[in-house]
Amino acid sequence: MQTVFSIAVDALAYGMVLFVISIGLSVTMGLMRVVNLAHGAFAMIGGYVASYAARDLGLGYAAAVLLAVAGTVLIAIPIERLLYRRVYGAPELTQVLMTIGITFCIIGIANFVFGPTLKTIPLPDTLRGSVDLGFRSIATHRIFAIICGLVVAAALWFLIEKTAFGIKLRAAVDNAAMAAALGVRTEIVYAVSFAVAIGLAALGGVVGAELLPVEPYYALRYMVTFLVVVSVGGAGSIPGALLACLLLGAIDTTGRYLAPEYGEFFFYLAVIVIVILFPRGLAGRFK
Amino acid sequence: MAASTTQTLAAGAPARRNITGSLIGIAAIIVIGIIGYYLFPNNLALLTRIIATALLVLSIDLVTGYCGVATLGHAALFGAGAYAAGIASAHYGISDPLLMTLVGALAGAVAGLVSGLIILRAHGLPQLVLSIAVIHLFHEAANKASSWTGGSDGLSGIAPTALLGLFEFDLWGRTAYIYGLALLLIVFVLLQLLVRSPFGMLARGVREDPLRISAMGASVQSVLLRMYVISGVVAGIGGALSAMSTQVVGLDSLSFTLSAESLVMLVLGGTGSLYGALVGTVSFMWFEDVVSAANPFHWLTMVGALLIAVVLFAPRGLYGTAAALVQRLKGGRA
Amino acid sequence: MIPLFGVQNLNKSFGGLAVTNNVSLSLAAGDRLALIGPNGAGKTTFVNLVTGNLLPNSGTVRLAGQDVTRRNAMERVRLGLVRSFQVTRLFYGMTPEEHLALAVLQREGKSGRMVGRYQAMPEVMDEVRDILDLLGLLELSHLKVREIAYGQQRLLEIALALALRPKVLLLDEPAAGVPQSETARIEQALDKLPPDLAVLMIEHDMDLVFRFAKRVIVLAAGTVIFDGSPQDVTKDARVREAYLGSYANVGSAA
Repeated sequence: MQTVFSIAVDALAYGMVLFVISIGLSVTMGLMRVVNLAHGAFAMIGGYVASYAARDLGLGYAAAVLLAVAGTVLIAIPIERLLYRRVYGAPELTQVLMTIGITFCIIGIANFVFGPTLKTIPLPDTLRGSVDLGFRSIATHRIFAIICGLVVAAALWFLIEKTAFGIKLRAAVDNAAMAAALGVRTEIVYAVSFAVAIGLAALGGVVGAELLPVEPYYALRYMVTFLVVVSVGGAGSIPGALLACLLLGAIDTTGRYLAPEYGEFFFYLAVIVIVILFPRGLAGRFK
Repeated sequence: MAASTTQTLAAGAPARRNITGSLIGIAAIIVIGIIGYYLFPNNLALLTRIIATALLVLSIDLVTGYCGVATLGHAALFGAGAYAAGIASAHYGISDPLLMTLVGALAGAVAGLVSGLIILRAHGLPQLVLSIAVIHLFHEAANKASSWTGGSDGLSGIAPTALLGLFEFDLWGRTAYIYGLALLLIVFVLLQLLVRSPFGMLARGVREDPLRISAMGASVQSVLLRMYVISGVVAGIGGALSAMSTQVVGLDSLSFTLSAESLVMLVLGGTGSLYGALVGTVSFMWFEDVVSAANPFHWLTMVGALLIAVVLFAPRGLYGTAAALVQRLKGGRA
Repeated sequence: MIPLFGVQNLNKSFGGLAVTNNVSLSLAAGDRLALIGPNGAGKTTFVNLVTGNLLPNSGTVRLAGQDVTRRNAMERVRLGLVRSFQVTRLFYGMTPEEHLALAVLQREGKSGRMVGRYQAMPEVMDEVRDILDLLGLLELSHLKVREIAYGQQRLLEIALALALRPKVLLLDEPAAGVPQSETARIEQALDKLPPDLAVLMIEHDMDLVFRFAKRVIVLAAGTVIFDGSPQDVTKDARVREAYLGSYANVGSAA
C-alpha cells in the first residue's frame, strides 16, 4: 500500500513536470510544425539561470524562478529570429539537423560556462521537508510540482479557451493560411506562443530540477522524452499532452520502482503500443 | 532514321555517364583508403571506425534517402550486427572473420525486419518517435541480457582468427582496416547496382509519392520492408566490422546517440546519394576528431555550429550542394 | 455481353449524409462512358469507391467477373482497374521514361528486381518508347517531370495508366487545369486509347464529354438522374434542373 502510494505521488509529480516542460513544445509543434529537438535545452537553461541566481546572486526562490523564465525567453528570442525562422516549413530532416545543432551548441556552452557538475537549486524552507497527511507524509516539493502543473494547465486552458488570443491561436493551429486570410496576424501569434513555450520550458526546468537534475547533457538526455510525450499526446492538444504525461509518467515511475533493472524498457514498449494504437496521438483528430 | 539515332544517343549517354561515375567512385574510395593508410598509420583504428560508421550511414541512406522514412533508431540494426558477431565469437567460438561478418549481416537483417515492422506502422512525427522507442528497447534489452552481452561492462572475449587463415588481426589494426575497406567497396558496388535496379527505382517512387505507387499496383509497405531488411544487412556488416576491429561491443553501439549522430552525418553529406553518405560520415567524424583533440571544451559547440551552418548555407548537404553547383556550372557552359 | 466492370446499388454516407445513393452502372469492353454532375454531386466519393480507397456502406463492386467490394486499391489495379488522378500525381524528380519503365516493370512483375537496369531490357525499352511516341512525349523522355509543362504532365498521367495495360480505365478529369489551347492534345491522346478498353471518364468539360463519350451518366446529390446518349442529355428535364438549379447560367456548366 505504502509503495503504491509513493509510486502514485512520484508519478503524478513527474508527470506534471513533464507536462509543464513539454506543453510548450506541443503547442509550437502543432502551430509551427517544427520538430524542435532543442526544447529540452531551454528547460536546462532555465535550470542553470535559477541555480546561478539562487546560489551565486543569493536571490530567493521566487525571484530565481522569475529570472529563469525571463532570462531564458531573452536568450531564446534571437535564436528564434536567426535560426528557427529559417526552418519553418522546411523538411523534417532539415529541422532535425538544425535543432540538434542548436542543442549541441547549448550543451557545449553550458559545459564550458558552468562545468560538467550537477547544479542544484536550493529550495526555500517552505518547500523542504514533508507534509503529513495523517496516514502518510509527502515531500512538500512533490506537492509543489503537482500544483505547478495544475496551475499551468488551468492557466493555459483559460488562455486558449477564454481569451481573444486563444481564438486566434486555435484558428492558426487549425489552418494557418485561413487564419491569416481572416486577418489574424499569425507572425504575432507565432512569436507569443514561442515565448510562452520557452518560458514554460524554463519554469519546468526549475521546478523539476529535483526530478530531472540540471547538468550539461540534460538537453540530450530528456530531448527524446519530451518529443515522445508530445507525439503520444498529439501535437497541439493540451488535454492530450496532459493525459500523455500522466500516463507515461505513471508507466515510467512504476517501472523504475518495480523493475529498475529493465530501465526504460516498459516506458518505450508502452510508447510503441500507444503510437501504433493511436497514430495521431491520444487526442488526435481524424482527418 | 535520324530521329532514331538521336534517341539511341540520348539513351546511351546517361547510361555511359553512370558507369563512368561508378568507376570514379570506386577509384576514389580506393585512393582515399590508401592515402589514409599511409598518412595515418597510427590511427587506423579511427579510420576503421569511420568505415564501420559509413556502412551504418549508407544503410540509413537506403531507408531515409531513397525511401523517405526518417529514423532516429537505426543503430538498432548496427548494434544487432555487432552483438551477434561478438556473441558468435565470445560464446560460440565462431571466430572466422568471414563467418562473423555473415552472422552480423544476418542479425542486422532480422533487426531490420523487426524495426521495419514497428516503424512502418506510422508516418511523420509518430514514425520518428517509434524509431526512437525501438532503439531504446534494443538498448534496454541488451543491458538486461547481461549474461549474453556483458551489459554495461560491454561484451569482451571477441577474438577473430586470421582472415582467410593468412592475416592476423594485428595490434595496429592493419588487417581490420584493409578488411573494412574491402567490405565497404563490395557493399558500395552492390548498393550502386541496387539503387539503379528496377527495385531502386520503385523505392524512389515510394519516396516521391506512395499513393501513386499503390495506384500502379505495387505495395508500398512491401517495398519499404524489403529495403529495411537490405539496410539491416549493410548496417549489420558495419556492426560486425566494428566488433572485430575493437574486439569489444559496448551498449553505445545500440544507442540513441549513435542513431542520431549517423542520421546527422547522412543529412550533412546529403540524402539520397551513396556519395553523400560517405562524404557526410568522413567529414563529420574527421571534424569531430580534429576539433575534440584541438579544443576539448568547445568541440561540441563547434559540431553544433557546423550543423547549423550546413542547414543555413548548404541545405542539400555537402555533397548534394556541391553536386548541384557542378551541375549548374556545367549547364551554364552548355 | 458480360460487363467487365460494374457497381450494384452502391451506398456511402458520411455521418448521416448520403453522398452516394444507390448507384448502379456497368461497363463492357470498348465502352466510352462519361460521368458528369454539378459540384458536390458526389463524383469524388464515387471515384474513391470504385478505386477501393473508400469502402461502401452497402452494395457491390465487380471487376472482371470477381466481387472486389472488399479488395483494396492495389489489388484492384492488379486485376486491371487503373485510374488517373484529377491533380497530377507523378514522381517529380524522375523522368517520363523512368515513369513508364516502372509501370511496365510493375505490370510484368519485374519491379522487385534488385540487379540489372531497365535500360538494358529491350522489351521494356521498346514498349516505353512506343507509349512515349504514341503520346508525343518522346523528346521529353529524359527531362525531370518537374521541368515539363503541365499539359505534358497530364499526358504522362494517361501514358502511365496505359503502360499498366488496364482492362478498365478510370480517367478522373483528364483535362483539369489544362489551358484551352492544349486540350486538343489531350483529346488526341484519348482517341488513341485501345478500342477494347473500357473507359469511365469523370469530366467537367462538356466539349470533351460530347466528343469522347458514347454514353453519359449524370450524378446529382449522389443519385444517378440520367443514363443515356450524349445527344439526349441536354434535353433531359432533370439534368437541366440539377445544373440550372445550382448554377447561375448554362454557360458555366458547359
